[in-house]
Amino acid sequence: MLKPFVIHEPQTPHQASELLNEYGWDATVYAGGTELLLVMKEGLASYSHLINIKTINEIHTIQLVEDDPTLRIGAGVTHRTIETSPVIAAHAPLLAEMERSLANVRVRTMGTLAGNLCFAEPHSDPATVCMAWPGASFELTSTDGIRQVLPDEFFIDLFMTARQENEIMTAINFPLLPSGTGSAYRKFVLLERPSASVAAFVSVTSDMITSARLAVGSVGPVPYRATTAENLLVGEKPGEDLYRAAAEAAASAADPVNDLYGSVEYKRQLIRVLTRQALQQAFERAMGVERL
Amino acid sequence: MNIQPTFKLTTTINSIPVDAEIETRTLLIDFLREHLGLTGTKRSCDMQICGSCTVLVDGKPVSSCTTLAYEVNDREVLTIEGMAQNGELHPIQQAFLDEYGLQCGYCTPGMVLATAALLNENPRPDDTEIKSFLSGNLCRCTGYFPILNAVRRASERISKEEG
Ligand SMILES: Cc1cc2nc3c(=O)[nH]c(=O)nc-3n(C[C@H](O)[C@H](O)[C@H](O)COP(=O)(O)OP(=O)(O)OC[C@H]3O[C@@H](n4cnc5c(N)ncnc54)[C@H](O)[C@@H]3O)c2cc1C
Ligand code: FES
Ligand code: FES
Repeated sequence: MLKPFVIHEPQTPHQASELLNEYGWDATVYAGGTELLLVMKEGLASYSHLINIKTINEIHTIQLVEDDPTLRIGAGVTHRTIETSPVIAAHAPLLAEMERSLANVRVRTMGTLAGNLCFAEPHSDPATVCMAWPGASFELTSTDGIRQVLPDEFFIDLFMTARQENEIMTAINFPLLPSGTGSAYRKFVLLERPSASVAAFVSVTSDMITSARLAVGSVGPVPYRATTAENLLVGEKPGEDLYRAAAEAAASAADPVNDLYGSVEYKRQLIRVLTRQALQQAFERAMGVERL
Repeated sequence: MNIQPTFKLTTTINSIPVDAEIETRTLLIDFLREHLGLTGTKRSCDMQICGSCTVLVDGKPVSSCTTLAYEVNDREVLTIEGMAQNGELHPIQQAFLDEYGLQCGYCTPGMVLATAALLNENPRPDDTEIKSFLSGNLCRCTGYFPILNAVRRASERISKEEG
């Protein structure tokens, strides 16, 4: 049985942060509870104060911010809402595609995107996608103010982020992809969560790759950018040989461990295959062969 | 506002209004089984994987093993006990029976409710949609094909009834 606790129902991010200031280590943010309650049931953590941020109205919306065009997803938005949102389908279909294959429908119904990112589980799908998404940022709010943090500054280690104790993640920002940019997310799942995953974003102008962002996830404590592979791609004409070379570079950059999700060599092979597939698909989407 | 370690829960379970003084830490599954005696909801993995504890909250599927009863305050919960009406099985239950969609029956309450949630949203799902929606409900007996048949049959019957 869980240890007894009080649930607080703040109305604003500021109030939530005040509560975190007041109760310190004995308090935690409670969103969907899909991870938190499991951890508490296992007895791995206990808190006398749960700060239920779902009572903050302003964090439940998905907004299309017109200048810069950016999608701003509030921290209270669940995976399932993103999966089924017409705004997401129209402007950031890759997110819907990622959500469709995340966990199961019950976890997606309760669990939030922000909760997934803040928990920083090493096999997170959104962490990998955010890491590669051009310009994606996380908004953190506390009594000290609001700041925007980039994914590669945010994810520090497994279950460890740059979020301060009194900060609430209030939104996730995804700048819309310019035309000529294609995106893809590929993963391989043996257990509940991915054994390896790759997110790719490529921009193409007159048959030439002008920019490329690749992130590899689930094989280490945090996702990594495959920068050597990215550099190989830029300035080149897309093609099977190029994808293979980039895939090789992405796989050599990995430092996987042997665990239940697979052996080191197995994970490297997965990265090779997934990178090749993701690049191919992102390129086709950039060229409009397949829309996304 | 804060909710003290015990509080008064006001909710609706299977269309019946329920008020109960409970501990805030009470999990929904324990509230249903221990407080209300609704033992149709089954606990198995206790970690949101198997789906045997599935109930619907405002029509949406949740794992009652990992949801606080607090979350259903002012909401409507549907459990397997609320499916049959006036002694008649719900068309989804009847379809599971007709298609042999169960053997030991332990996963069945969750399967039936997950199917209800799916058909609420999407009365005529194709096989891919059915498999995707039910992929988080595990069955150790049937091999799933009879379950797939049951969902197809339920979908046909319900859409026909609704004409
Ligand atoms: C069975 C199962 C399968 C899963 N499969 C996958 C999968 O395939 N891929 C994948 O990526 N994920 C998977 N997940 C993880 C799932 O995405 C997360 O459980 C969910 O998104 C967490 O969100 P939540 O709102 O429930 O967070 P909670 O459980 O409420 O919180 C999680 C943690 O984040 C903190 N927190 C939450 N929100 C905020 C915020 N706004 N600001 C600051 N701190 C916050 C909490 O204090 C807590 O420490 C799975 C989970 C389960 C249980
Ligand atoms: S018992 Fe709740 S999901 Fe398995
Ligand atoms: S019928 Fe036995 S687990 Fe499904």
